[in-house]
Amino acid sequence: MDLRDLAGEALAGLLARPVRAALTTLGTVLGITTLVVTLGVAATAGNQIVGRFDELVATAITVEVPESENAPLVEWTAIDRLTRLRGVESAAAVSESDDADNLYVRSNDIVDPTRVTTQTLTVLAATTGLPEAARGRIVQGRFYDDGHIRRRDRVAVIGDQAAKMLGITRLDRAPAIFIGEHAYTVIGILGDLRRERNLSTAVIVPPTVGRRFGLRDVTRVLVNTGLGATGLIARQAPDALSPANADMLQVIAPPGPTRARDQAQEDVNALFLILGLVSLIVGAVGIANVTLVTVMERVAEIGLRRSLGAARRHIAAQFLLESTLIGLTGGAIGASLGVVTIVAVSAAKQWTPLLDVRLAIAAPVAGAVVGLLAGLYPALRAAGMEPVDALR
Amino acid sequence: MAEPVIELRGIDKDFPSQPPVRALDDVSLRVDRGEHVAIVGPSGSGKSTLLNVLGLLDRPSAGTYRLDGVETTKLTDGARTRLRGGRIGFVFQSFHLLSHRSVVENVMLAEVYGRHPRRGRRERALAALERVGLAHRTGFPPDRLSGGERQRAAIARALMGGPSLLLCDEPTGNLDSRNTEAVLDLFDELRAQGLTIVVITHEQEVSERAGRRVRITDGVLAEA
Ligand SMILES: Nc1ncnc2c1ncn2[C@@H]1O[C@H](COP(=O)(O)OP(=O)(O)OP(=O)(O)O)[C@@H](O)[C@H]1O
Ligand SMILES: [Mg+2]
Repeated sequence: MDLRDLAGEALAGLLARPVRAALTTLGTVLGITTLVVTLGVAATAGNQIVGRFDELVATAITVEVPESENAPLVEWTAIDRLTRLRGVESAAAVSESDDADNLYVRSNDIVDPTRVTTQTLTVLAATTGLPEAARGRIVQGRFYDDGHIRRRDRVAVIGDQAAKMLGITRLDRAPAIFIGEHAYTVIGILGDLRRERNLSTAVIVPPTVGRRFGLRDVTRVLVNTGLGATGLIARQAPDALSPANADMLQVIAPPGPTRARDQAQEDVNALFLILGLVSLIVGAVGIANVTLVTVMERVAEIGLRRSLGAARRHIAAQFLLESTLIGLTGGAIGASLGVVTIVAVSAAKQWTPLLDVRLAIAAPVAGAVVGLLAGLYPALRAAGMEPVDALR
Repeated sequence: MAEPVIELRGIDKDFPSQPPVRALDDVSLRVDRGEHVAIVGPSGSGKSTLLNVLGLLDRPSAGTYRLDGVETTKLTDGARTRLRGGRIGFVFQSFHLLSHRSVVENVMLAEVYGRHPRRGRRERALAALERVGLAHRTGFPPDRLSGGERQRAAIARALMGGPSLLLCDEPTGNLDSRNTEAVLDLFDELRAQGLTIVVITHEQEVSERAGRRVRITDGVLAEA
């Protein structure tokens, strides 16, 4: 028997009772949909957790610059070369030192006796890209620019917490702060920090001003990359910053995305999986039941086919193929419904849907296997009939 | 002497019911190529049982059956099925046409099993339908056909695949005399081409047109 004939006969057998065939697929549709949605939404949600995490951590690179006796390992101007690399979204060079960690900072001369206006704050020097590099925002005023740096203007930008501690709420009167003996004009307040949160209690000054506090050389470089560019930039950054001493720089890059995905897999909701499996079993029983009824209704047809030379295996193959096609159809519909549901849920929650192609392919196959297993008993019953009995 | 198409020797068929029934009792029959044999007999005498044995649909309880020289009673199920599919065409009393397939598809079904080329199958089916005078009904579903047309569709299907033996259970039971005449003319034509035909019938007209008649009474066969 030609396989195309077998397929044709099975298809014709199904299409002879289209409504019944459609209803029979329902259990499988339900089961496969549940499984696909459960696995898909879990993966998507898992990815989402990682995704939010991603924005902060997965794209953040820090380059630690060790202290050097002689010439500094990283020049302040090297940050421009780094910023020009493709994939770098923002970067800033920072100079910190233990000496500048705890400096007395006072807001102005008019001493209000009711409040302590002298605070110990961290003072650090940074290049102009710091607000973006620290993923923060200038909540008031402005950040200093290259002009300030060149002119060695005695300006400072303070973190929002530091501003509160110092009692500085408005910048329109150009308030001054005293670091030690010297006064500096506060031109901006930095807040909403999502990286380097400790900057909110810091005083940031231009590199040319920082020398006074021993903030001479770059000690750390903060880099943010585009998604996916992290690995590349982590490799390129040292050369861009310090062509001669690249290997002395220490790059701290986030872990690769693979581990995050593994974690998402573990998030699968076991209850829904069991529900889906139960629906599949119910679907299988449904297919078995209906196929058995169909076999009993088609006894005469079976007898006729035997009289036309059909062997038992031909009869078995036809009914097996019919039930497999029902399962396959159910699986394919279930997979489609599942994918649509995942996309809908993702849209509603404003997630990025994560569709595993293997899942979309495996689902119809699983449906077909369910149909095949369900068809075994009815097919054997049909094949076991004696032609005379079938034709009576 | 040429090999007979059918050679039955001492065939018994017992049904293990309560009480047991001996439907065929020591039946011997020889039918040569191109013969047209009518089996007559009262209801319940064993005509259908004999036809089932001849058609390899049932195994006799005792005796030997040689079909085209091949001893069939000892053959495996699969070998009997192949022999049945290749050599025998059936026309059943109740047509057994698949209601959801067109007439021509029903006829084509006869070549689905066994070694027939797929190419030209439809043409061969159409030719078979032409032969029984159904060329104008090939696309119809069987339930739109008259009783006589169904009967002829069943005959066309039996002729598909070129059998050497045609077995018919009441082939003209549903036909008026004009259509009966047409079917019998077709049988004469087929016989002339070397096909062997065995028909069960109640009708005088049909049994008279057959070259030979055998009567079966309570499972015992005799020439009539
Ligand atoms: N499976 C069976 N079990 C028991 N008895 C059976 C079985 N099949 C047939 N018989 C009996 O065998 C006898 C012959 O039956 P068969 O069907 O061959 O009769 P028939 O000659 O074809 O009758 P009709 O002209 O009414 O079709 C009958 O008495 C019937 O009851
Ligand atoms: Mg009968």
